[in-house]
Amino acid sequence: MPGLTVKGIRIDDTFAEAFGMRATALIITADSAKWARQAAVTMTGMATSVIGCGCEAGIDRELSSKQTPDGRPGVRVLLFAVSTAELQKQVQTRVGQCVLTSPSSACYSGLDGEEMLRLGDGLRYFGDGWQISKRVGAKHFWRIPVMDGEFVCEAAAGLTKKAVGGGNLLIIGRTAQTTRAAAEAAAAAIAKAPDVIAPFPGGIVRSGSKVGSKYKGVPASTNDAYCPTLRGAVKTALDDDAGSVLEIVIDGLTSDAVASAMRAGIAAIVKLGAKRGATRISAGNYGGKLGPHHYYLRKLLP
Amino acid sequence: MTRLTLTLRERPSQRLDLSPLVPHLLAGKSAREIERIELQTTRHRVELGEVFRLRMGEAEQICVEGGCERLDYVGREMASGEILVEGDVGIQAGRLMSGGRLTVRGNAGPWAASGMKSGVLEILGAAGDRLGGPLPGEIGGMRGGIVVVCGNTGERAGDRMRRGTIIIEGDAGPYAGARMIAGTVIVCGSAGVLPGYLLKRGTIVLGDRCDAVSPTFVDCGVHQLVANRFMAAMIESHSKSAARLMRRPLRRLAGDMAVLGKGEIFVGYETI
Repeated sequence: MPGLTVKGIRIDDTFAEAFGMRATALIITADSAKWARQAAVTMTGMATSVIGCGCEAGIDRELSSKQTPDGRPGVRVLLFAVSTAELQKQVQTRVGQCVLTSPSSACYSGLDGEEMLRLGDGLRYFGDGWQISKRVGAKHFWRIPVMDGEFVCEAAAGLTKKAVGGGNLLIIGRTAQTTRAAAEAAAAAIAKAPDVIAPFPGGIVRSGSKVGSKYKGVPASTNDAYCPTLRGAVKTALDDDAGSVLEIVIDGLTSDAVASAMRAGIAAIVKLGAKRGATRISAGNYGGKLGPHHYYLRKLLP
Repeated sequence: MTRLTLTLRERPSQRLDLSPLVPHLLAGKSAREIERIELQTTRHRVELGEVFRLRMGEAEQICVEGGCERLDYVGREMASGEILVEGDVGIQAGRLMSGGRLTVRGNAGPWAASGMKSGVLEILGAAGDRLGGPLPGEIGGMRGGIVVVCGNTGERAGDRMRRGTIIIEGDAGPYAGARMIAGTVIVCGSAGVLPGYLLKRGTIVLGDRCDAVSPTFVDCGVHQLVANRFMAAMIESHSKSAARLMRRPLRRLAGDMAVLGKGEIFVGYETI
């Protein structure tokens, strides 16, 4: 595929194709940053892909005690799903099982959305009649008595329908080690970008998928065109020097946030250089026919 | 924005009904139309121009210069904008307010914020009896909004309150938060006898001494709750002393067990 070369890294003249999603942001606080992070990590666990997890979720950023509603350390998490109903279900289940249960935690809306999702309004029933509703100004929250005191939870969380899921970078290198180094650098840069998450383990996915399978009922299967061990056996997308491919998938609250994160990721890979990192950057798409958001790599170069 | 200013010429000869002087009712009116608004509460007719000197401006901001306890119903059913009174007001200031901000730089009479639904009422002096309470025959009192009283209040502040927040930076009279259905009453100073009398739900916070708490409130121990920290952050812009009080460890008394018993009184004076 023709493209540019920057610092010895080939950049394909292609684009990442992404889709509209529903998303919300939550702020989880606790007595310490450790426990706020613990609740957030637990809540966003097993949320790598909507295909098998119902939602994609991750930590957007950590918040200091000055940035949270109750003056304690906190974490902002983002959750993405394909429908409002599914997102509602995931929020309720995950906050109920992972945040409500976590010592000293509290949960607030982290987004002023055009519509609202039920948060404390659904979880309040755990209080078995002892829950207390409080409304101050525009804020409405619930106090649910639990064994370490009270679980404070805002009644509703903002929902956005302008979220984007599926922004991506394909990072191709000579060896597994150098490719991973490039992907780690990109993931670290993307982690600092606001309003986005990279939901896969450490922000990186090694099992990129294509739509469909030879097996009936399997919605996605291995992206054989990017598997280096199949290079000679299939219609490959890899060059002869490619020994490993990793992907970074990015979900963002807005299309601009996804573009900025991709730009930061590419810049980090380029900065590492071809010798220590990747030799080529590409992106996954479906020919532009499925997703309305197209991120051209040449427009995101540093 | 130039505010619309009303300067009191002299102490009125009768109690006046200032309820027509709210931003949404004055919007679009000419100076002449405003001066002809009738304010009397007796059979003797009184037009605004007779008791106030009018300086025209935007009706969204109204300033009343020179207060008097005979100025009743200031800001009644106010829905938006700002009213500032440089002095005292009479009964029912801010009654049924549904938005905007009413500031009284003086004292307010009884039933201030009665039935208030939303908005902010700030009284820099003292407030009379039944702050936020219902009028005779009404079922519920205040239903929303924030009331801040920098001075003391009379009897039954927050009577039958259903929602909203009342902050009393001074002392509260007897029966503060009586018959509350929900909502929050914070008293930074001392409180008279039987706060939370027949409290069903809702929160009363007492910072200083209390003459007598009903024995139908049961001790639930001393706690420093996250909810109170959250409340503190939300009320800090209205009252720093109330926010400080909310951040302290407070003893929780649940009650009133004589009725539903789902309410609470937080007391700070035992935990200093």
